[in-house]
Amino acid sequence: MKIGVMIQEGPYNHEASDTAYKFVEAALAKGHTIQGVFMYDDAVTNVAKHMEPPQDDRHIARRWSELGAKGVDIVVCVAAAKRRGMKPELIVDNTRISGLGQLSEICTEAERVVTFGD
Amino acid sequence: MAKIMFVNRNAPHGTIYAWEGLEVVLIFGAYENELAAVYMDDAVFSLKKGQDTSALGIKGFVQTLPVLEDYGCEKIYVDKESMEKRGLKTDDFAIPVEVMDSAGIGKIMEEQDVLLPF
Amino acid sequence: MLHIVNKSPYMKSSLESCIRVAQKDAPILLIEDAVLGAAAGGGAETLVKSALKDHPVYALSADISARGLAGNLTPGVKVIDYADFVDLVEQHKPMTWL
Repeated sequence: MKIGVMIQEGPYNHEASDTAYKFVEAALAKGHTIQGVFMYDDAVTNVAKHMEPPQDDRHIARRWSELGAKGVDIVVCVAAAKRRGMKPELIVDNTRISGLGQLSEICTEAERVVTFGD
Repeated sequence: MAKIMFVNRNAPHGTIYAWEGLEVVLIFGAYENELAAVYMDDAVFSLKKGQDTSALGIKGFVQTLPVLEDYGCEKIYVDKESMEKRGLKTDDFAIPVEVMDSAGIGKIMEEQDVLLPF
Repeated sequence: MLHIVNKSPYMKSSLESCIRVAQKDAPILLIEDAVLGAAAGGGAETLVKSALKDHPVYALSADISARGLAGNLTPGVKVIDYADFVDLVEQHKPMTWL
């Protein structure tokens, strides 16, 4: 099944990004297709390139980058990103910045859309 | 084409969800989807007339509400219980809305393909 | 429809609003802080029990364990993992009550 995901919260302050990641991992393991992971609101900072959490903590941006490398489309909302000072050169590899139109397409193409937020 | 409903539950201004949620509607209007919005819990205050955010320095959105219809979001529902609990009446709203009881809201939600909470 | 709730019922009315509009038999999944409401003997037990009358209620095991609540849940609440969460989403359109 084609499943889309929207995240509305940034890393660490909220569990949203963690739950979304675990959900996406489990969906892929079951053979589902992730239509896209759309980072909206403060979620744009989930893919901040210069993130450097303590070594014994999970690296949220790296997690999303690794999923991106596996072919999952990780999309950062351009309008939300601009508000928060996120630019293409500040996001991790295998993720991209695009418009809200991408979220609309995810909603049209996916059979399910799950939101994670606060 | 998908039936998409924006489920607004957050109060305006205290957090950005109401505003960034509205921005999503404005973009989605350019795509071939069937849009609807419901306002429940504290989000009923987002529809209130006479909001003046000038002293906050936050761009208000009450003046944007009347254009929702032009952007394809023709159905605006308000949860009756949320409205009454907060002492609001239909006259208090800046735009015409359809007030529905809990069962009605539940039924409309069930008819959607995608529900996006803000 | 699958109703996903992530807020503690002691802090926010998300679970209450969800139960109020959810159609009969629609499953409710408690994740993140919402699992606090599933702890047995708490003030939210009445609310969860009322939900159980009309809905299957699930709670995410990772969030339960993280909060030290394993083995201490209101009877009837089913504990599931992320893979089961995916199955529920496959079976039902989701709505998240944040």
